[in-house]
Amino acid sequence: MHELSIVSSVVDSVIESLEKYPGARVLEVRLRVGALAAVVGDSLQFCYELATRETPLEGSRLVVKIVPVVVHCAACSRDGELESLQSFRCPHCDEPAADVRAGREMEIEAIEIEEAEVKP
Amino acid sequence: MTTRIVELRQGILKKNDELARELRGRFTSARVLVLNLVSSPGTGKTAFLERTLRELRQGGARVAALVGDLETDNDARRLAASGAPVRQINTHGICHLEAEMVGRHLEGWELGGLDYLFIENVGNLVCPSSYDLGERIRVALLSVTEGEDKPLKYPTLFNSADAAVITKMDIAEAVGFDGAAALSNIRQIRPGIRIFETSAKTGAGMEEWLGWLEQQRS
Repeated sequence: MHELSIVSSVVDSVIESLEKYPGARVLEVRLRVGALAAVVGDSLQFCYELATRETPLEGSRLVVKIVPVVVHCAACSRDGELESLQSFRCPHCDEPAADVRAGREMEIEAIEIEEAEVKP
Repeated sequence: MTTRIVELRQGILKKNDELARELRGRFTSARVLVLNLVSSPGTGKTAFLERTLRELRQGGARVAALVGDLETDNDARRLAASGAPVRQINTHGICHLEAEMVGRHLEGWELGGLDYLFIENVGNLVCPSSYDLGERIRVALLSVTEGEDKPLKYPTLFNSADAAVITKMDIAEAVGFDGAAALSNIRQIRPGIRIFETSAKTGAGMEEWLGWLEQQRS
């Protein structure tokens, strides 16, 4: 269960990025997580609620986009999306493919914020 | 009220990745080969490492180990019996090692005086795979008692490994271990990976493993 560590890193990074937007409230946090990243979406959601309490992220939505695993095939020189994590083979020619080009990422893509009213 | 989308595009584990990169730079310039050992609890990482440290020292190599554990220092004490310098990292409930913990526990060690540094991760097949420790080689271990399909159940970890070690081969027959299935499952997840079949008890497979380690150093 390292989802809490991961979510805490997300909260810290988002709070850091809010320095440029004083008083802003976070509405949504968008993550990109690879299918090979060993992270469980439901656990992220569960931990998110805990980790955002009493922060500017409290009450915001967490949106997790799963990035499929893409391998590069040495035999046919093509990239392809893996059909199953239980078999690292080229989807085009069925040769074993060890070269992972996508699917390990863990990234904060963007946040949606509501900026504080600026008094004229 | 105005809402706005702010693009961040930054790694969630950016801090860990940056620290790991720094560590890797230090390890490379000190010419010390660093290995990160990952497996389930009970696979026999400590027994395997004990024998590895002992045999490397007998061959004249300079070795050291960092051992991750939730609470105890039992494993560190076992490993220290080999005569190698060993330090315990207690994670106090955290299920994996992070680069920061490794860096902190290296203080005072002269890395240039080492040939090999082994990092025994916390016994866990999920979480350690996300955390780069600056190692050059990640080794996934699997014992003959765990079931041949474990690599299929934990593809993330086995896919991120550079080598795999099967432990407790001395009892393989007694527990009905299907070696061919285990090898095929590991290769299914990580085509081309080097696999060692070993027993820390009888010493089987150790010569091949130690020979490979030496090759990795040169």
